[in-house]
Amino acid sequence: MEAEAKAARRQMIADTLAEYPPKTAKKRGKHLNVYDEGNPDCGVKSNIKSVPGVMTVRGCAYAGAKGVVWGPIKDMVHISHGPVGCGQYSWGQRRNYVSGAVTGVNSWVVMQITSDFQEKDIVFGGDKKLVKVIDEIETLFPLNKGISVMSECPVGLIGDDIESVSKRKSKEIGKPIAPVRCEGFRGVSQSLGHHIANDVMRDYIIDPAANKEEPDFEPTPYDVMIIGDYNIGGDAWASRKLIEEMGLRVIGSWSGDASAAEVERGRKAKINLIHCYRSMNYICRHMEEKYGVPWMEFNFFGPTRIAKSLRAIAEHFDDKIKEGAERVIAKYTPMTDAVIAKYRPRLEGKKIMLYVGGLRPRHVSDAYVDLGMEVTATGYEFAHADDYQRTTHYIKDGTVVYDDASEFELERIAQALKPDLVGSGIKEKYGTQKLGFPFRQMHSWDYSGPYHGYDGFPIFARDMDLAINNPVWRMIKAPWKKAE
Amino acid sequence: MPQSADKILDHAQLFNEPEYQELFERKHALENRACPEEIAKQLAYTKSWEYREKNLAREALTINPAKACQPLGAMFASVGFARTLAFNHGSQGCTAYFRSHLARHFKEPCAAVSTSMTEDAAVFGGMQNLVDGLSNAYTVYKPDMIAISTTCIAEVIGDDLTSFIQKAHKEGSIPEEFPTPQAHTPSFVGSHINGYDAAIKSVLTYFWEKKLERVPNEKINLIPGFDGFAVGNNRELRRIFALFGIDVTIISDVSDQFDTPTDGKYRMFDGGTTIDQVKDALNAKATIAMQKYCSDKSLEYIAGKGQETAALHYPMGLGATDEFLMKLSEFTGKPIPESLEMERGRLVDALADSSGWLHGKSYSIFGDPDFCYGMVRFLLEMGAEPVHVLSTNGGKEWAEEMKVLLATSPYGARAQVWPGKDLWAMRSLLATEPSDFVIGSTYGKIFEKDLGIPLIRLTFPIFDRHHHHRFPTWGYQGSLSVMVTILDKILDELDRATIKTGISFDLVR
Repeated sequence: MEAEAKAARRQMIADTLAEYPPKTAKKRGKHLNVYDEGNPDCGVKSNIKSVPGVMTVRGCAYAGAKGVVWGPIKDMVHISHGPVGCGQYSWGQRRNYVSGAVTGVNSWVVMQITSDFQEKDIVFGGDKKLVKVIDEIETLFPLNKGISVMSECPVGLIGDDIESVSKRKSKEIGKPIAPVRCEGFRGVSQSLGHHIANDVMRDYIIDPAANKEEPDFEPTPYDVMIIGDYNIGGDAWASRKLIEEMGLRVIGSWSGDASAAEVERGRKAKINLIHCYRSMNYICRHMEEKYGVPWMEFNFFGPTRIAKSLRAIAEHFDDKIKEGAERVIAKYTPMTDAVIAKYRPRLEGKKIMLYVGGLRPRHVSDAYVDLGMEVTATGYEFAHADDYQRTTHYIKDGTVVYDDASEFELERIAQALKPDLVGSGIKEKYGTQKLGFPFRQMHSWDYSGPYHGYDGFPIFARDMDLAINNPVWRMIKAPWKKAE
Repeated sequence: MPQSADKILDHAQLFNEPEYQELFERKHALENRACPEEIAKQLAYTKSWEYREKNLAREALTINPAKACQPLGAMFASVGFARTLAFNHGSQGCTAYFRSHLARHFKEPCAAVSTSMTEDAAVFGGMQNLVDGLSNAYTVYKPDMIAISTTCIAEVIGDDLTSFIQKAHKEGSIPEEFPTPQAHTPSFVGSHINGYDAAIKSVLTYFWEKKLERVPNEKINLIPGFDGFAVGNNRELRRIFALFGIDVTIISDVSDQFDTPTDGKYRMFDGGTTIDQVKDALNAKATIAMQKYCSDKSLEYIAGKGQETAALHYPMGLGATDEFLMKLSEFTGKPIPESLEMERGRLVDALADSSGWLHGKSYSIFGDPDFCYGMVRFLLEMGAEPVHVLSTNGGKEWAEEMKVLLATSPYGARAQVWPGKDLWAMRSLLATEPSDFVIGSTYGKIFEKDLGIPLIRLTFPIFDRHHHHRFPTWGYQGSLSVMVTILDKILDELDRATIKTGISFDLVR
């Protein structure tokens, strides 16, 4: 990018910061930057406490642990342990699809199961209630394969001992019960919730299962796990299809459409393939250290990255799999070429501004490039330094980068950069559209999807086209206003 | 390969394709799942009387409740005041959830800030978070008022809001006279309807207790309550008041805030009750609450100031609307306008025209206590028969009121009232004693899937249909649209049921 244009972007950041009180401007200034090519990171601080009162987009540890990591495991019952709200607002909102399961019989993903704390539970403690809750779950949902206890804020403040209740009841019912200390005040965002969720998965499911026999399971040299795909709109299925087609066997999928058995089987893969690095790298590192299972990141957004990832995965296997990867790429490329031929002319040169969570602010970037588009600004709600290092592999010189952006900053930056499309979340969607910018929710795929894999790319392309090129965006100004 | 550039299949079709069905089979073989017979047996069992008894006997476990928590209601009430920023003192995740929840229903942006309390604040208290938060929120978003409510963490650790706010004033975070009403709204007490009440009362108290002297005038205050149809309803109320020629103050009016235009401008604040109107509301002749259970404490406070008060139960249909209008007439001495009488006649006309389809159908209703009451009352007027009436946040008093109402009509004889129960209990009730239809929120979708009972969406939250909140459910006009919504479902279902044979698939109904 030309120096002048870059300077203008820096000025835009300075102008935005100038509207904060000085102390806040100083703090927030460390989280906003214009990227200089060649730098090893994006030049922003991350994973730091949000500034109060500025309208951060971030959620909490519970959202990361229950909403992201544990919630999609279909045959376990996840208790939102505490008052009613947390479970209510996260009920069925992440579109973690499940297959072949009957809700309320052997799947509870789209149910809101809570201990619904009342004042007396706060005063006298909730452990006794938890015991009863577990008993009642066993009575009503006997086919469950285990239970997780997702702590909400009060649980950690009143000194409840959910660990001892869980251990005792687990012994009694003969199934895993995982106490997850994901109270919303822990950490600075969803991110610590992911980490806590991973640690509990390690301590209460994976490591204990290491001594457990699985008589029906025959290992093969081609066994892999898909990790960090939450099957939003069916993403994990579109990914799984390609992995299977290249000749590998997927012995588990975490945690989209996952069963408890797949989590217990974690250590048995030849390699763990991780999509959302941010939310599940911890457990991959553990399985590497303790069980010697290597892991690698992959990216299944858009044909360029899919092909690259398939080849990289195949590198870990024999020629049969390498040929398999080439065969899969050759099979789907004519279809994705046709998709590009259809949509690229409509999307060429369009600029997109992203603000999302775990992996998407970088991972989707080349899918846009495949369609002739360009990411002009991007950032994360809850990334760490290693995410911003990885982001440099995707973005161009002059890209605006923001960390834990407030709604105020996002509005200012959108007004200044005038993107053709904004991709962010439900809280950002409607305000942005009122400004006249086309918008797609990039957490829930705006109730569409899948976007992963070769089957997902045409849907992704279609959705970006229908967002950007919908006639409504040309009707925003009343005709008599235009004349003025 | 099912996917092509010409015919793009998304989640709704793609996974029905054979290659995905086969993929599922391979996956299921690795899931160690229960055998199909066992699953089928358990599924059948969940629909049995025996299961129902166990399900209703639950003492600790809550499954699919139809209620949210207090601060959501407080936030809804707060943003109905002009240029007012809703401000939650507590964990930031709560605020993110409230904003998302309301945005998903209204399809509108929903602004609110949090003090982002973390572990250190849990230990040492959230004073600095509140002081800094007020300074930032005031400087950046330039509101006229910051309405403070609390979430669990602040309540459990016992943060002293009053002294914190004083400190914020003293440190210059916000100007000396800047209004900062505060409501205590822990999620472990009551539900969103109580949070709504607490926030309304906090705003009234904040202004009315500042040495204001009540000088009675002829105005009427109206408190709508937590209402997912507020956009349509509050505007319909204004129309009705205008026809009467009554000067009304809607205390917390979110109708503009949750219905801003798309014209190239983002209005973080739009419409709402102004501070001057709130102050003047003390002088009103009377205050009407449209939803008693959303306004208990506020009404009590207002009555204490010498105003007449009336509490309604989400008035829908003829009788309830009649009473509402007569109440207005009684309070103001103004006659009921002829034009409204014409509207009444038109509603009767419509009910008569469609009575053959409406009469005798059975319904189960769930939602907030006032909604259930208003809905059942209207159904009884249609000759419809309520079967189960369930309110997770309804208590004993509500149940008694429901029973009295049901006893007024022969069509109420079958009905059973279920206070405090959740929607998993309702599933058992409907599996064992079904009704033709369910009326409630989006959460009732599961009954359609599991039990084949069609859902009519008439209360918050409605996430999976758009724009219904823009149309009123109150007044004769609103009642008409409620009746049409119900009737459409009845006739759509009849068409669907008769489409296969063609027998009774009539052109005229």
